Amino acid sequence: MLTKRIIPCLDVKDGRVVKGIKFLNLRDAGDPVELGARYSDEGADELVFLDITATIRSRETIVELVEKVAKNVFIPFTVGGGIQTVEQMDTLLRSGAEKVSVNTAAVQNPDLLTEAAQRFGSQCTVLAIDARRSKQHAGKWQVCVKAGSEPTDIDVVEWAAKAEKLGAGEILLTSMDADGTKAGYDNELNKAVTDAVNIPVIASGGAGTLDHLYDAITIGNANAVLMASITHFQNYTINQIKQYLKDRGVPVNL
Amino acid sequence: MIIVIDYNVGNVKSVCNAFHHIGCEAKLSADPSDIEGAAGLVLPGVAAFGYAVDALSSLAETIKKVALNGKPLLGICVGYQLLFDESCEYGRHNGLGLVSGNVVPLPADQVVPHMGWNLVNMPDDMDLFTDLRPEKHFYFAHSFYADVTDIGAQIASTDYGFPLPAAVQKKNIYGTQFHPEKSAKTGLKVLRNFAQICERGD
Repeated sequence: MLTKRIIPCLDVKDGRVVKGIKFLNLRDAGDPVELGARYSDEGADELVFLDITATIRSRETIVELVEKVAKNVFIPFTVGGGIQTVEQMDTLLRSGAEKVSVNTAAVQNPDLLTEAAQRFGSQCTVLAIDARRSKQHAGKWQVCVKAGSEPTDIDVVEWAAKAEKLGAGEILLTSMDADGTKAGYDNELNKAVTDAVNIPVIASGGAGTLDHLYDAITIGNANAVLMASITHFQNYTINQIKQYLKDRGVPVNL
Repeated sequence: MIIVIDYNVGNVKSVCNAFHHIGCEAKLSADPSDIEGAAGLVLPGVAAFGYAVDALSSLAETIKKVALNGKPLLGICVGYQLLFDESCEYGRHNGLGLVSGNVVPLPADQVVPHMGWNLVNMPDDMDLFTDLRPEKHFYFAHSFYADVTDIGAQIASTDYGFPLPAAVQKKNIYGTQFHPEKSAKTGLKVLRNFAQICERGD
């Protein structure tokens, strides 16, 4: 049986891992290569590296980082942040990333998902969505772009379903309301999206306790759970997380 | 020396990194004389099937020739799918035809792509899995799979609502749908086993 994935997320700024609350108030969490290797040794199933500066200069740095990580880490990892073209995706995949995630660029040009899927395959093409609860429409979420700074009128569930048709092979779904709060994932959001698509969904934003991870999988129906704060600052080890989930009947690779 | 075939698709470097990490000599190359002189070949691949076939172009004949002459060949992911007769991913494309079977979409009653770590059941007689039997988790990421029809091929499978072929072996031709280079220590052991097969020269 396919196991549920435990995925630490490393937000990278100026060559360091950082972690904020609701995308703000960043705190240093270490060297990305060292942290990546530590997670790989601890038994993480996958890693996500997000370049949260995403400037032209940081993009060169991130390629170097990907090459370094790929020499030391033998589990799959996704790279995202400011990626706009299939050429940039190609560079990252050739440098050793397993998957590349796009966010703002796909909103601006949805055909990017199709181009990427036809060239690299859907399994390399991850759509990242930053979702915020709509103030106008209860039970709806709006897609935010540019690192969450710009809300759009696009409905998250509709966008997820459309992206699947266009070629996205996975959705990295971040609740901006929950991010960094350690108050639990937005499982209404997770459930709404997992019900609407047949591609894997990674739940992100809000993990604070082991219960939260369990709920994202069993209530939110997530195929994978992303976390940062609770593992970067060593509240829990990957092994503790997996053992807990296993004891509660969730299939994990342990 | 193991030659990892460099044909302009993703993950070729990851496979080299993994071999280097376990102390095996491996080199990226697209030079037919390197391919002919290699102790063994690895055909990696993160790409759509059609893109991979086009990228391989004239190397296909060389690879086929040396594989049919008995040189160990390991296909990984799309490189594994290329071992078969044909694929219907974004159009119809011919593969290398080294193992009988077609590459077809995963059934839609499961989440597609099949993405993550799944348990592979290993038959007793596949030397790719020496010291790993009877079962281990490996990392998969694919939307199509090979429906293996070759009666001369041994098959390791994983459960994805049906017995999904996860790896094949037909004499000197090996392939894994999963990514050994991304499957942590267990995956590195598969690569080490392949390197030993190459050293033995069978």
